[in-house]
Amino acid sequence: MNSLLNAALVLVLALNLFALGTSRILTVIRTVTFQGILLGILPLLVHGHPSLPAVYASAAAILLKGFAIPFMLTRAMRDVHIKREVEPLIGFLPSMILGAVATGFALIFAGELPLADEHMTPLLVPAALSTMFIGFILLTTRAKAILQAMGYLVLENGIFIFGMMLVEAMPLIVELGILLDLFVGIFVICIIVNHVNQAFSSLDTRHLAALKE
Amino acid sequence: MTLLLLLFPACMALVALAIPSNRLRPWVLPVTTAVHLALTLLALLRPAGNIATSWIALDPLGKLVLLLISVLYFITSFYLVGYLHYRHERSNRIVCACLLSGLSAMTLLTWAHHLGIMWVAIETTALSTAPLIYFNHTPRSIEAAWKYLLIGSVGIALALLGSFFLAYASLRSGLPPTLLLGELLREAPQLSKPWLHAAFVLMLVGYGTKMGLAPMHTWKPDAYGEAPGAIGALLAGGVTSCAFLCILRIYHICLAAGDGPYVAPMLLFMGLLSMAIAGIFMVGQQDYKRMLAYSSVEHMGILILGLGLGGAAALFGTLLHMINNGLTKGVLFLSAGNIHRSYNSAQTSVVHGALRRLPLSGGLFLTGFLAITGSPPFAPFISEFSIFNAAIDSGHWIASGLFLLFLLVIFIGMGATVLRIVQGSAPESTPQTPYRDSLFTTFSPIVFLGLALLLGLAIPSPLNHMLMDAVHYLEVQP
Repeated sequence: MNSLLNAALVLVLALNLFALGTSRILTVIRTVTFQGILLGILPLLVHGHPSLPAVYASAAAILLKGFAIPFMLTRAMRDVHIKREVEPLIGFLPSMILGAVATGFALIFAGELPLADEHMTPLLVPAALSTMFIGFILLTTRAKAILQAMGYLVLENGIFIFGMMLVEAMPLIVELGILLDLFVGIFVICIIVNHVNQAFSSLDTRHLAALKE
Repeated sequence: MTLLLLLFPACMALVALAIPSNRLRPWVLPVTTAVHLALTLLALLRPAGNIATSWIALDPLGKLVLLLISVLYFITSFYLVGYLHYRHERSNRIVCACLLSGLSAMTLLTWAHHLGIMWVAIETTALSTAPLIYFNHTPRSIEAAWKYLLIGSVGIALALLGSFFLAYASLRSGLPPTLLLGELLREAPQLSKPWLHAAFVLMLVGYGTKMGLAPMHTWKPDAYGEAPGAIGALLAGGVTSCAFLCILRIYHICLAAGDGPYVAPMLLFMGLLSMAIAGIFMVGQQDYKRMLAYSSVEHMGILILGLGLGGAAALFGTLLHMINNGLTKGVLFLSAGNIHRSYNSAQTSVVHGALRRLPLSGGLFLTGFLAITGSPPFAPFISEFSIFNAAIDSGHWIASGLFLLFLLVIFIGMGATVLRIVQGSAPESTPQTPYRDSLFTTFSPIVFLGLALLLGLAIPSPLNHMLMDAVHYLEVQP
């Protein structure tokens, strides 16, 4: 079971780097979608015999991150008729290197953490940390509003990986609440993205600079 | 009844969506908030349920915030009727629905005794208030809403990670992982220290972003500057108090774990930094709504400073200050909204002579400024003075000196801007707008000012009891 889990987590990490290195917005959306589906399946791998609530939570996560959110995002993309390129503030190669360094750093750092014995071996904690780092990199180095939303999703995915160690503390209703908030959050972001496009004729958040001291 | 209190505003949000008439729809707000206030008072009178094990319970801290939010919404709702009537050309469907769903989320937050539910509630609050900020649909307001949503969401995501760390702290010490507040408080002394400390830092930063503590306050001047005045009042008095309640929760757990001395320096630093940053940006501020936002940063700093001082006297002052800040911000934002509409500008270069053009709103704005900067006999004076007293008593000489210095700088900086607005006469070039002070748009700030004055003269004994209970609840380990 552990080897399967580790393999899935390595795939999650590879998807992180791919999301940093690709130049088309749609590919980024698809990468994060795939990551979301993978993370939806993971809780079932962590617990050999999943309970019924765990299955519900997984199903809800897959439905939302795998279908509903990408559907909204691609529609928002289509509605605003923007250029399909990512246009990063720092180049693709530097951001990939940054991501790789962050992943390595997360691996070393997780080794130093005072973890409970049962979490010493699997990649869960380093994967969570590095996914969060990469979410931050996407958030801060991409100019387009939609990609910042993707960064937020990746950040949330990282936190989700960490939460997998704590299923007992998170009742189904809370997990569903968090997912619902994520969904509504992306929904509101899509609406604002649309308004941003109407008001500025672009999704480049560098135009959002009128408000300052 | 709990369920009714939680769900009633959400149901009324659906009703607001269904009402076709733009003119009638705002009236849903006073009706809903009146019922909400009545239910809140009933809930406050009822003996508390089992707050040690349940997920949803009203403890003394929750009671204070719930009362503040309910009163704030009730009084502001009348202003909103007047405001939305004045702006009848724009559909208020979304605004009414978002206001009411936000009220539901905030109510849930005050009752939440599970840190996961608390997180869901504050994120819902953030999401339902984001559309309110760009009610005007100007490019500037969209920019403000985008920043509010993005910075707020990232901050709250960090707070979620902090909550997970807290659950991991119990797992690490061999206990079943839990996010129930009652259990965490009971087990607090056994929690794994490194994870508890990391959780505290993440939650302070995360919920502090929502509260608007420096240096995570950057969204605040933008959001408060661009949102309509009434929305600013609800954000600065309501949402920030909710975020403060979240910080109180983790603070409470740290106190119960015996980590008071560990968290105190961080809280003192964050509090003083927020006051300092607010002071710097308030001097020479050209936009009076942004000035109010920095005033909010300042008062959030005072609240965190009060927590950092610790002890019964400081906590009493801090909790009282949370209420005083909410009420006084109501006066300021609502009267500033009136002035903004009359001059169609928030720039101090354009707006002069508000006392002549709008004697009532101008007067309220001036009095509100005196109240918020801690002039007697208004309530913020009492609470700021008790925090200052507690700082002296506990031997925090440097902190109390800086506290006074920053209050003085802010008084001068804010005073210069406010006097420029209210004094003199309106320049000829300023266009006349159809706005005149009306019953609806002045009634609410007058009531807020009355309450701030009342609390300054004498704290009613039921409220005093509630404050004492809350301090006792924070200090005594279960």
